[in-house]
Amino acid sequence: MSEMKAVVNNICKEFGNDRTRLMDIVRGVQEKLGYVPPEAFELIAEKAHTHRVEVESVVSFYAFLSDKKRGKMVIRLCDDIIDRFQGGEDVAKALSKELGIGFGETTEDGKVTLEKTACIGMSDQAPAMMVNDVMVTNLTVEKIPEIIAKLRETEDPQSLVTECGDSNNAHELVRAMVNNNIREGGPVILSNHRRGGGLRKALTQTPEEVIEDVKGAGLRGRGGAGFLTGFKWELTRKAAGTEKFVLCNADEGEPGTFKDRVLLTERPDLMLEGMTVAAYAIGAETGIIYLRAEYAYLRAFLEDVLNRRREDNLLGINILGNEGFNFDVRIQMGAGAYVCGEETSLIKSCEGTRGDPTDRTPFPVVAGYMVSPTAVNNVESYCCAARIMDMGAGWFSSIGTARSAGTKVLSVCGDCDRPGIYEVPFGTKLRDLLQRVGAEDVAAVQVGGPSGQMVGPAQFDQEISFEELATGGAIMIFSNQRDILEVVEAFMEFFVDESCGYCVPCRVGNVLLKSRIARVRNGEGSPDDLAYLHRLGESVKRMSRCGLGQTSPNPVLSTLKNFRPVYNALVRENTTGRLKSFHIMKAVEQASQIADRRSEVFHA
Amino acid sequence: MSDKIKITIDGKAIEAELGQTILEAADAAGIYIPRLCAHKDLLPIGSCRVCTVIVDGRPQASCVKPVMDGMVIENDTEELLQHRRNIIDMMFVEGNHFCMFCEKSGNCELQALAYRFGITAPQYPFQFPEKDVDASHPDILLDHNRCIMCARCVRASQELDGKNVFQSIGRGFDRKIGVNGEKALGDTDMDVNDKAADICPVGCIIKKRVGFETPYGERLYDKEPIGSDIEKGATA
Amino acid sequence: MGKPRVATTSLAGCFGCHMSFLDIDERILDLIELVDFDRSPIDDIKHISQRCAIGLVEGGCCNEENVHVLYEFRENCDILISFGDCATMGGIPTLRNNIPLKECIDEAYRDGVTVYNPKNIVPQDPEIPLLLDKVYPCHEVVKIDYFLPGCPPSADCLWAALTALLTDKPVELPYELLKYD
Repeated sequence: MSEMKAVVNNICKEFGNDRTRLMDIVRGVQEKLGYVPPEAFELIAEKAHTHRVEVESVVSFYAFLSDKKRGKMVIRLCDDIIDRFQGGEDVAKALSKELGIGFGETTEDGKVTLEKTACIGMSDQAPAMMVNDVMVTNLTVEKIPEIIAKLRETEDPQSLVTECGDSNNAHELVRAMVNNNIREGGPVILSNHRRGGGLRKALTQTPEEVIEDVKGAGLRGRGGAGFLTGFKWELTRKAAGTEKFVLCNADEGEPGTFKDRVLLTERPDLMLEGMTVAAYAIGAETGIIYLRAEYAYLRAFLEDVLNRRREDNLLGINILGNEGFNFDVRIQMGAGAYVCGEETSLIKSCEGTRGDPTDRTPFPVVAGYMVSPTAVNNVESYCCAARIMDMGAGWFSSIGTARSAGTKVLSVCGDCDRPGIYEVPFGTKLRDLLQRVGAEDVAAVQVGGPSGQMVGPAQFDQEISFEELATGGAIMIFSNQRDILEVVEAFMEFFVDESCGYCVPCRVGNVLLKSRIARVRNGEGSPDDLAYLHRLGESVKRMSRCGLGQTSPNPVLSTLKNFRPVYNALVRENTTGRLKSFHIMKAVEQASQIADRRSEVFHA
Repeated sequence: MSDKIKITIDGKAIEAELGQTILEAADAAGIYIPRLCAHKDLLPIGSCRVCTVIVDGRPQASCVKPVMDGMVIENDTEELLQHRRNIIDMMFVEGNHFCMFCEKSGNCELQALAYRFGITAPQYPFQFPEKDVDASHPDILLDHNRCIMCARCVRASQELDGKNVFQSIGRGFDRKIGVNGEKALGDTDMDVNDKAADICPVGCIIKKRVGFETPYGERLYDKEPIGSDIEKGATA
Repeated sequence: MGKPRVATTSLAGCFGCHMSFLDIDERILDLIELVDFDRSPIDDIKHISQRCAIGLVEGGCCNEENVHVLYEFRENCDILISFGDCATMGGIPTLRNNIPLKECIDEAYRDGVTVYNPKNIVPQDPEIPLLLDKVYPCHEVVKIDYFLPGCPPSADCLWAALTALLTDKPVELPYELLKYD
């Protein structure tokens, strides 16, 4: 126990016994001890000037934090539907068999804990898993015995990386087997450009002019919501407050989205350049990159990028000789919570609390991080902003459509020949994209991930844009071999797992939606159940507090709309009044076993 | 001069004051907007969503949304009543609510809302979750089966009692109210005279040895629906 | 045309709802003018003899026999009413829903503090209906048309609902009659 005490003391000290760094403190404790023991709650609370229950509140919120002892190595198998369709379930069985434990369990020798997790951003090389921070991609059942043997032998997850992926994935600070899979670059981001070009030009302008440029370019948020970036910066600049913040949302948690993974790997300087431009524009001195826990393997690399930028005076004091323009950036690690991609939730997490979102009056641009004006933008948005500075607003707005300027970096996965990254101008027709990625026999495309919408062939002539098919990057392709409702159920399961539980409709409604979808899928539903799904879905959508809940019924609602025949084929009018969802034989099964006799009333 | 502004609720023009929330303005005007997590002595958090109204076409929790001049608000519409009813149903099926032996019955705000909405049975399947009962405190019972996660106790302890006895722990459907003690409520500095002991809208936080004090027929919501006081203009 | 027939039954309930039904007192004479009773504990008819207009079900389903009876009611009644908290929401019997079935049986027959069972026998007569995995409210087993909550629903509540149905009026309980306790 004294070891625990020493660890807690040291880590708390490292973060200045600062309550707002609680995320880093508990992550640090877990890194050292393998978990955050309940006995440490009180100690941490004492050091960080908070309450025991507040520490417990944080630890219990994040999926990657645990107050129970776990193995030295934690395997987190990605349980996304894309992974399942690529053989993830067989891999899961193989892992379980090889380790001799079930999911959620730890081997007797205390070496390995086996878990499932939501999408880890590797859908183009699925099935994939994490072993501690190490990504292991393109898994097959055949590879599992070797992987486990190696882990047992070396007790070092990094030993699994025998061959590094392309480009910066092979950087000495990354050394990941991850591949970028950049299939098509575009003019804005995945093309050659001068490092620092945009920032240098921005610094020749006034902050107001910079904002005008970003507004004039028509840049809209690339995370999916599409709010006008320049407008957001303007509001932040104009908001009262002496201290302002620039936050970068690198919490790419939407299943099927992995474009920020590639941008963080290949364009970190461009992203930081955009953040620096934003800092200049709004008058901020501090920036935070909120990096999802799944991308921890990029952390050292990104820290190095930050250091190089500091050395080159692209960060720090009097940036590029610009008197009085000071800006620096820290990385805030997440800990496994999709909801933290929601900006208010992300801010709470940066402040060291659980990631419950907050109400949007006031908006973060007025009162965000530390109740100060804060601009939160996506990785790709910052990249775009830097390029706008370099190439001009007119150049940017000439690409794309009238209301969706520029390009979109898409992450394509699922049933196609060439999954990976495509930078396409807005306005690209979905049908064209499907052709380019080598997708044939397509039944459905999930545009924008689970929170987006599922479209069928009737919508394939629509274009990718904020006006028609909006996406934060995810394009998930499902062939005619796939069961649409299996996808819907998996997505609902995802939302059930990721709901923060703060508000009633999202906390309860998603559980109810998921179980009713299962009922319909099992052929136990009637047309009444479809009406029920619709009404319930609408209530969750309309009444939920944040973007997660407001979009969580989309898998159900968009398939009810676009794939009605699939539902209709599964439901039957109930003529007997007996509910098909109630199975008498199943209900008496336990009692029958206990009594060792069959039912006298009902026979199978 | 106070900042008087005009807003419209369901077509009725009412006067409000800047700084008020929609809920407060409606209360003052004798218009009842159903609510659960909101409480007049506490800062609003908008967690139950029952008080959601439509403001200029968008759903907003009226307990947290400040009024602005010229706001057009829908409250008593078919659509909202249905959504609210659905949320009330959700709270019934997510917990284990046994009104027939609950000390709070008759004075319970969740039950009263369901009465007001004329709910005879929830339309959703009961989840029968496994929840704890914490009887460790000498004077207070904490029955998580009845909790609706409104966090009134969390706020009351912080805002009114100057303590920090409660906080939400876990997430999603498993979210629950945790206590600032090693194991249970008895390990905390909770006192029976704390405001937090009286603030629970349901029967989750109950004072021991005082149950069923008021006879049937004379309890808070036996004769008149919840919100009747507001509709009679009691606070106007 | 005869009078509409009414059937009633108590499944996993305590008969409290039926007792409350009898609390309509002298109004039962009016009721008999309006309806004929078919299967009911009141007249001890064991099975529904002909099509009924209204079925009143007390109690939820805790065993296979409950389901069997409920099916009979659903099949033979035009309108099926769940009356009382056990029928509408499972009620007190659902307190066992979080306890494994084996534990429930052991508690009842072996381990309970008041159990005297020196031979440690768990009765297994085929006449004893098998328990269900959990206790279900009626509407999770069959389609239910109306719900009358309460533990028990008051006599006035039952009277109001029945007379409304028999006179083709909408079943709308006045505020004072809608109670869950």
